[in-house]
Amino acid sequence: MTLTATRTRWLQDNGVYVAVVALLLFNALFTANFLTLGNFTTQLVQAAPVLIVALGMALVIGTEGVDLSVGAVMALAAAIIPLYLGAGPLVAITMALVVGLAAGAFNGFLVAEVGIQPIVATLALLVGGRGLALVIAEGQLVQLHDPAFLALGTGDVLGIPISVLIAVLLAVVVAGLTNRTTFGRQLVAIGGNRKAATLAGLPVNRVLVGVYAICGVLAAVAGVLATSRLAASDPADMGLLMELSAITAVVVGGTPLTGGKVRVLGTVMGVVLMQLVRATLIKHNLPDSIAQMIQAAIIIAAVYVARERR
Amino acid sequence: MPTDPVIEVAGVTKTFAGVRALDDVDFTLNRGEIHALVGENGAGKSTLIKVLTGIHTPDAGRITRKGHISTIYQEVNLVPLMSVAANLFLGREPRNRLGLIDRARRSADAAELLTGYGITADVSSPLGTLAVGEQQMVALARAVEADADVVIMDEPTSSLEPREVETLLEVVRKLHEAGIAIIYVSHRMDELYRICDTVTVLRDGRSVHSGPLKELPRIELVSLMLGRSVNEIQKHGTTAFGEDHYAGREPVLEATGLTSKPRINAVNVAIRPGEVVGLAGLLGSGRTETAKAIIGALPLDDGTVLVAGKPVPHNVKAATKAGISMLAEDRKTEGIIPNLSVRENIVLAALPRLSRFGVISRARQDRIVDTFITRLRIKVSSPEQKVAELSGGNQQKVLLARWLCTEPKILLLDEPTRGIDVGAKAEVQALIDELAREGLAVLLISSELDELLDGADRLIVLRDGAVAGELEGAQLTREHVLGAIAAEVMDDADSN
Repeated sequence: MTLTATRTRWLQDNGVYVAVVALLLFNALFTANFLTLGNFTTQLVQAAPVLIVALGMALVIGTEGVDLSVGAVMALAAAIIPLYLGAGPLVAITMALVVGLAAGAFNGFLVAEVGIQPIVATLALLVGGRGLALVIAEGQLVQLHDPAFLALGTGDVLGIPISVLIAVLLAVVVAGLTNRTTFGRQLVAIGGNRKAATLAGLPVNRVLVGVYAICGVLAAVAGVLATSRLAASDPADMGLLMELSAITAVVVGGTPLTGGKVRVLGTVMGVVLMQLVRATLIKHNLPDSIAQMIQAAIIIAAVYVARERR
Repeated sequence: MPTDPVIEVAGVTKTFAGVRALDDVDFTLNRGEIHALVGENGAGKSTLIKVLTGIHTPDAGRITRKGHISTIYQEVNLVPLMSVAANLFLGREPRNRLGLIDRARRSADAAELLTGYGITADVSSPLGTLAVGEQQMVALARAVEADADVVIMDEPTSSLEPREVETLLEVVRKLHEAGIAIIYVSHRMDELYRICDTVTVLRDGRSVHSGPLKELPRIELVSLMLGRSVNEIQKHGTTAFGEDHYAGREPVLEATGLTSKPRINAVNVAIRPGEVVGLAGLLGSGRTETAKAIIGALPLDDGTVLVAGKPVPHNVKAATKAGISMLAEDRKTEGIIPNLSVRENIVLAALPRLSRFGVISRARQDRIVDTFITRLRIKVSSPEQKVAELSGGNQQKVLLARWLCTEPKILLLDEPTRGIDVGAKAEVQALIDELAREGLAVLLISSELDELLDGADRLIVLRDGAVAGELEGAQLTREHVLGAIAAEVMDDADSN
């Protein structure tokens, strides 16, 4: 391997980490009040729901699929919460997760059993899911007052926000699932070469349904946390454009859209990077529109670096 | 026959990445003749066609074309979602005075034209809703309607029903009468002898024979394609198979009446433990399909598969569980998972057995991977090396290891030594031998006659998707196999 090839390869594998470190250094030197605990906490709390969604998205993309319905599933979870909060926060959260599971399994069914392309299958729920959420909520924003439920979004353990703890825990679980379980390895094999996986006797359809179901549950978790932090159920706005943020983080983190590979730590770093970019620009008083354009540039750079894979 | 060449090719050579696909090939197509172009996989047929149609530029040689050439490929190259009529006149639609497409005339013209090809379907329906045979006919009609002087047909009947084949041959005859020259590529001997005037045989990129077809006995044609002289009986010992290891036990695999139209028809295969059964036949004779039918990867119209006397449901998962494994012919698209490491590729099929409650035991995995890397002599820098970086032979061994660690009873090997270098080939052959001696039942598919004759205890010969003969013991000679492939031995006996 030539020196350039080695260097390109290294950049492909580690580019996202380099970018995160570089941005941290930049902010430490040039941004006032950046290196404060309060600022870090804010950044992480904002990033937590995106990370949770992106973890599920990374799994789906690993199977050479995509899930466009994650934002709509967050809205569904948000709409479910006030309906059951009277029976206690645990019941409400469980119901929201069950709905997320059902929505994900439905996506998986369309993709695996019916054989619809993932982008089309999940597009149906992207459109229909939010509509259903608005029907459930009767188009209303509902203020929530249950203190135990609200603690989820605002509370902390030893100074670490609960939502951040949950996100980190889920990242560890998903990493273990991907790398250490039969399910995870079969998932990657299906994404890498579905024909070969089928001929190897792998339970292709079962794994696909499972992957989309997990993605749905994770989206519901994110919806629950975001609702709690907002102290309101807002199905009209909840998770809007979340699918794009999640896909961006996954791709920037080095998981190829062609499937066959899932990078969990890369996805975490992808989320952190996109969050840092926004925060940096906002702190330097640049408008959100500029931030969006810079995000676009980062996506193109990430895909460009990954392009020479084959 | 008057010589009036429409295509003349002289001394054409074409090299891809150092491999000679065509080597000093001469080829002449005369006006109004139906010219068969035959040869095994990789003989250079496709390359020659692409050189003729101008897709490839030859490295050396001269090509003279008089007239317009149309090519009909095996897969229909039309737009399935557009209507039949739109496809037929794509790019040369009839116009009205305003210069817009005259839809009414297009439909009327299309309907009239297609009746001549035996198609009565609604010309306004999307092409994709037609049967494959009908689509092929539309493609043919389109080619002819484009005022072609030469029509090249690449395996036009490979996916057609017998009735559709008849219609197609009828159309070919009509074209012939209209003075159009045809290059007809096919492996089906019956068709070739029914309609073709002349034949050119390609082998390893060379033109080994060119002349009138009727005067050439079938067995000669087959031996020209495979490169074995009919009289050449003596073995070269070019393969690494050892002694026969036939064991007189009950069959562990019994597949009966396997039928998947139009690819295979009522094929029976039985294999005993320790026995290597070879599947012989030309390309497209149904060898791969038979193996896929056994493992449940091909939808069946009829047939049953028994393993150790018990019926196996017709799907890959059930077959794998029952102890059947298949090494696919196409390593790249159906075998390796390129992004994963050698270790992961090896344990893929055995994962559930290497894990507890779904969590993989890394230690057990490493142990089994190490065992197979040593035993199969797989050359890797480490088990974590990406499988895509290995040579073809080593990839093949990785796949073999994948199946062996599921501890199968029956191993289906589809062209296990294709595209791997000589040394690795001998090793793989020796390995097959060793596995059979340990009691595995092996189905061996190979295009190399030597490999089959040396490696198999028994040969099943397929022709056009059906069993043409079973050979054993003293019958395991080239003559018998070639005879069965060409259906010559029995025909001779009948006519004498």
